[in-house]
Amino acid sequence: MTTTAVRAGAEAPAQRLPGAWGLGLRRGALEIKQFFRQRDQVVFTFAFPVVFLFLFASIFHDDVHGSGVTASQLYVPAMMASGIMSTSFQSLGISIAVERDEKVLRRLRGTPMPPSAYFLGKIWLVLFTGVVETAILLLVGTTLYGVDLPSDASRWFDFAWIFVLGLTGCALLGIAISSVPKSAKSASSVVVLPFLVLQFISGVYISIDTIPDWMLNVGALFPLKWLCQGLRGVFLPDSARVLEQAGSWEFGKVALVLAAWCVGGLVLCLLTFRWKTRRDG
Amino acid sequence: MTAHANELAVDVRGLRKQYGDVTAVDGIDLGIRRGEVFGLLGPNGAGKSTTVEILQGNRTRDGGEVSVLGSDPATGTRAWRSRVGIVWQDESAPAELTVRETVRHFARYYPRPRDPEEVIGLVGLEAKAGSRIKALSGGQRRRLDVALGVIGDPDLLLLDEPTTGFDPAARRQFWDLIRLLSDEGTTILLTTHYLEEAEALADRLAVVAKGQVVAEGEPAALRERYGTEATVEWTEPDGVTRTERTDTPTRTVAELMRRFDGEIPGLRVVRPTLEDVYLRLTGQEDAR
Repeated sequence: MTTTAVRAGAEAPAQRLPGAWGLGLRRGALEIKQFFRQRDQVVFTFAFPVVFLFLFASIFHDDVHGSGVTASQLYVPAMMASGIMSTSFQSLGISIAVERDEKVLRRLRGTPMPPSAYFLGKIWLVLFTGVVETAILLLVGTTLYGVDLPSDASRWFDFAWIFVLGLTGCALLGIAISSVPKSAKSASSVVVLPFLVLQFISGVYISIDTIPDWMLNVGALFPLKWLCQGLRGVFLPDSARVLEQAGSWEFGKVALVLAAWCVGGLVLCLLTFRWKTRRDG
Repeated sequence: MTAHANELAVDVRGLRKQYGDVTAVDGIDLGIRRGEVFGLLGPNGAGKSTTVEILQGNRTRDGGEVSVLGSDPATGTRAWRSRVGIVWQDESAPAELTVRETVRHFARYYPRPRDPEEVIGLVGLEAKAGSRIKALSGGQRRRLDVALGVIGDPDLLLLDEPTTGFDPAARRQFWDLIRLLSDEGTTILLTTHYLEEAEALADRLAVVAKGQVVAEGEPAALRERYGTEATVEWTEPDGVTRTERTDTPTRTVAELMRRFDGEIPGLRVVRPTLEDVYLRLTGQEDAR
């Protein structure tokens, strides 16, 4: 081997590394592309909350005493909240655990890709699927179950921040929980059980005026309860406030708890995220 | 020329790694020069993969000094990662994407990538460029792994058992690819438990056993240094086959000629192959 063929190596001029935002966008596009190529996953992800909405809202449809709404109407914001959490918390919790187990994460870590680009890509994916999911549920809710779209701009604004904060908080929690399962095989059980419990104690499946207070108080520690409450405030008439624990929508508290989960979730992710499975050291 | 020309691409001194009670790497020293192909040869469990993972920056070490392209891999920056190409032992490319989409996307991570189409051609996947990765055969996936390892135009390429599971034709094809990359000036470290692979590709090699380097040098020099002892085999008049290990086989044969007065029945003089040397060095002689 002659010395001329040897690379300059360290003397090579420092070239600019690609930026995290741009790479994050590209990763987002790639994530969305991969998501839609798994057709069974697409169908089940989007159909799940719609099927549950159909079941619950069709089985329970009586007027709820003194609230001016029907049980079916109550299930529309509830299933929207559940849909937001399933596209963010559940899908990220499972898919990242699988990617870690299949060593996709380790491979990415071996490239100069900035870690933030990976997370940005996941957030784009979750935003995209979350918007699609919410739009489908809104369409079903308004056409079949008598839910009215908000008429004033301020309610739409509330809807926007509740959606963004709720989705972000749940997505970060999903990234955090992805480090818990030891392998891809156990991922769905580890992620689905807490999600299912939260749906029972946060007012998704069962109306909050029937859930025992202590259960609601446990649920109130997590974002789903507040996401449900905020969305009820957006899509139900004010007469339904009597059903709430506090007798009001508590938008201020909703904002506070969801924002706290965004910050806390981010800290949790930064502290616990691992690029390799435990057995890979 | 600047000082960098003499600097080693990989400089490892006294590397140690424990997994619980098991010592996987027990004081390994390695010096890999820029532009050379270096083979790390040893049986499964000798500590090759652990060593390479530490060099990649993907595993912590318990002791020793490591410098890869002038940096400690444990604190490798993005700029450093862009100069080190990795081909993993097990493939992990996104199944739903096509070969072309994946190679193009990975090219985006690097400041000065190679042309994706050229790289796809280099690894012989032109015909499969539009196929989803899940539709590729095992050998084709490995070639995609190599493509992703070299897409960033690395100064140093780390390959961990790259040809495990290849058929002989695919292995030859892969060797040609490694020689091509080497001719372009890429420094290459490859681990393998195939002796013929190390002999065919490596300018120098280190034989590793039980976490230690037991021999190091050019393949031919290793054979000469450790393989002088020949085995002389013949058949006694009573039909029993006898063997004798000796540094002076000619003298043994001359003595036998006198005894048998002419032709020696069943005579064989066997010089050790590099494989014999390797098996002896790694303590696997009995495995034959």
